[in-house]
Amino acid sequence: MDFKLSDQQKMIQTVFRKFAEKEVDPIAAEIDESCEFPAENVRKMAEIDMMGIPFPQKYGGAGADTLSYIIGVEELSYRCATHGVILSAHVSLGAHPIYKYGTEEQKEKYLVPLAKGEKLGAFGLTEPNAGTDAASQNTTAEIDGDQYVLNGNKIFITNAGVADTFIIMAMTDKSKGTRGISAFIVEKDTPGFTVGKKEDKMGINASDTRELIFQNCRIPKENLLGKEGMGFKIAMATLDGGRIGIAAQALGIAQRALDETVKYVKEREQFGRPIGKFQGLQWYIAEMATKVESARNLVYKAAVTKDSGESFSTEAAMAKLKASETAMEVTNKAVQIFGGYGYMKEYPIERLMRDAKITEIYEGTSEVQKMVIAGSLLR
Amino acid sequence: MKIIVCIKQVPDTNEVKIDQDKGTLIREGVPSIINPEDKNGIEAAVSLKEKFGGEVIVISMGPPQAKVALKEALAMGADEAILLSDRTFAGSDTWATAYTISQAIKEIGDYDLIFCGRQAIDGDTAQVGPQIAENLNLNQLTYVSKVELLDEKVKARRELEQGYSELETKLPVLITVLESINKPRYASIKGIVDAHTTQKIKIWTADDFEVDMDKLGLDASPTQVHETFVPKHEKRGEILEGSYEDIVDNLIKKLRSENVV
Repeated sequence: MDFKLSDQQKMIQTVFRKFAEKEVDPIAAEIDESCEFPAENVRKMAEIDMMGIPFPQKYGGAGADTLSYIIGVEELSYRCATHGVILSAHVSLGAHPIYKYGTEEQKEKYLVPLAKGEKLGAFGLTEPNAGTDAASQNTTAEIDGDQYVLNGNKIFITNAGVADTFIIMAMTDKSKGTRGISAFIVEKDTPGFTVGKKEDKMGINASDTRELIFQNCRIPKENLLGKEGMGFKIAMATLDGGRIGIAAQALGIAQRALDETVKYVKEREQFGRPIGKFQGLQWYIAEMATKVESARNLVYKAAVTKDSGESFSTEAAMAKLKASETAMEVTNKAVQIFGGYGYMKEYPIERLMRDAKITEIYEGTSEVQKMVIAGSLLR
Repeated sequence: MKIIVCIKQVPDTNEVKIDQDKGTLIREGVPSIINPEDKNGIEAAVSLKEKFGGEVIVISMGPPQAKVALKEALAMGADEAILLSDRTFAGSDTWATAYTISQAIKEIGDYDLIFCGRQAIDGDTAQVGPQIAENLNLNQLTYVSKVELLDEKVKARRELEQGYSELETKLPVLITVLESINKPRYASIKGIVDAHTTQKIKIWTADDFEVDMDKLGLDASPTQVHETFVPKHEKRGEILEGSYEDIVDNLIKKLRSENVV
């Protein structure tokens, strides 16, 4: 086993790290407060091919591997978890299903501008009554001549108000259960398709999260992704990939909390010496560092397994479960160590804790990850 | 238009530590980077290429690991990269370095512009650029903070200690640039992938271009380093005593002897 990054991966890591330090960090606290989507930074990311990092160059991508992409999400999230999820939702949820299941025509029309970052992607599966029970889809798509007519609502959709291209799950045949779900590519501004108000969240505040509303929204028949009835399979496979992205986001948050804490305990003095000299805190730090490193090993392994072509559902679920719980535990401990300062908005620690929580919830809660892992063992 | 950029791989001095006993840099664990002002040179060259067409060739002298710096330059938009790497080049001072690079540039030939960073953050001499210009018998513009290309001419702003001067000269010309000239772009991800998957870096040894073997490396270098050490910062205080007149006279004498006044 080789635990070293290649020269290429290291150089990509350095570019993301510098970009995050110079472009993302200066606005991170500000956009957390203002909730403003960082459109200018997304444009800059597109300029240097970050938005299409794992897709082949013939489709407008950068042609890098999944691990490079994952490291990118980690580095962005280290400075700002909102930037991390914008990239992850765009690449894994918006663009990847088209890359994996799209026809050549669909790839040409939709994947190329997404991979070039000229357009932004989003993904609609969750509904008011279809969360963890994702199969209970109420959104319908009925065929009418050479069009499908979509009706229904999707909620909590990342990038909703700023995306151009949406992957939408809808029932084409309710009688078939999960096999009656199909996936569609829907363009923004299609008549009958609107988005709701921006959600007011606990964290990742500048990420644009909204409801999607379909009222007799007509889309061309050729915008069916894959075949009719393949939607649930496409959604689950898409989420397998997305989970590695969210795991990387959680990892970035956790690493930042650890680094900030290490710095703080060396500087902060109580009882006449730096608090890092107290064994109690040394043990906390050791536990935090060990958790972060084990999360990193699982996350990187899931990315490498995906690229190997082998099944990676279990690895992705384990990575997300471990990394998101690590993010929550480590940021919680960091706030505790910072004490009153950790609770104040002047320091980044409280933002890290608020941002960490969502990683245990979206793209499958921790409980869903356990269902996936146990399911693979008890088959 | 053919633009050549000379770059140097240097230790990132933000993270460098000094071995107090040996007086040398601790290189272990210190990342290597493209010398910052050389990056400004790459940016200047690539943006001129984007505007006027042509090609950008980056050239560096150093051990094989300097290829990493050249790959980054390719990922920033350079078209070709040459690494001058040979045991006989080792230990070169600025004179021998400039000689070796000049000979390589002669081999490349047909150039219109040569960009160098003003100086490297490890040596701080600011000598290599001007020496290359002298060797090639070229016009040179140093300490440049702004450059414009007008037909066959270059217009540049040179920063001086007090103020600046604007100069125009014919091509070909060698320009050493300051950090203020531009904001270097990030290496693109696609560029990084391409730089690692295509073989755009040529390695030239002393056999690959015309050189006088007596002018290479440590032995041919007029500058020889006998010792490196960390200067001691000792704060010495002295209290002058006596009458006010005596103290003032004494103080003035001391300041004069130290060349302070």
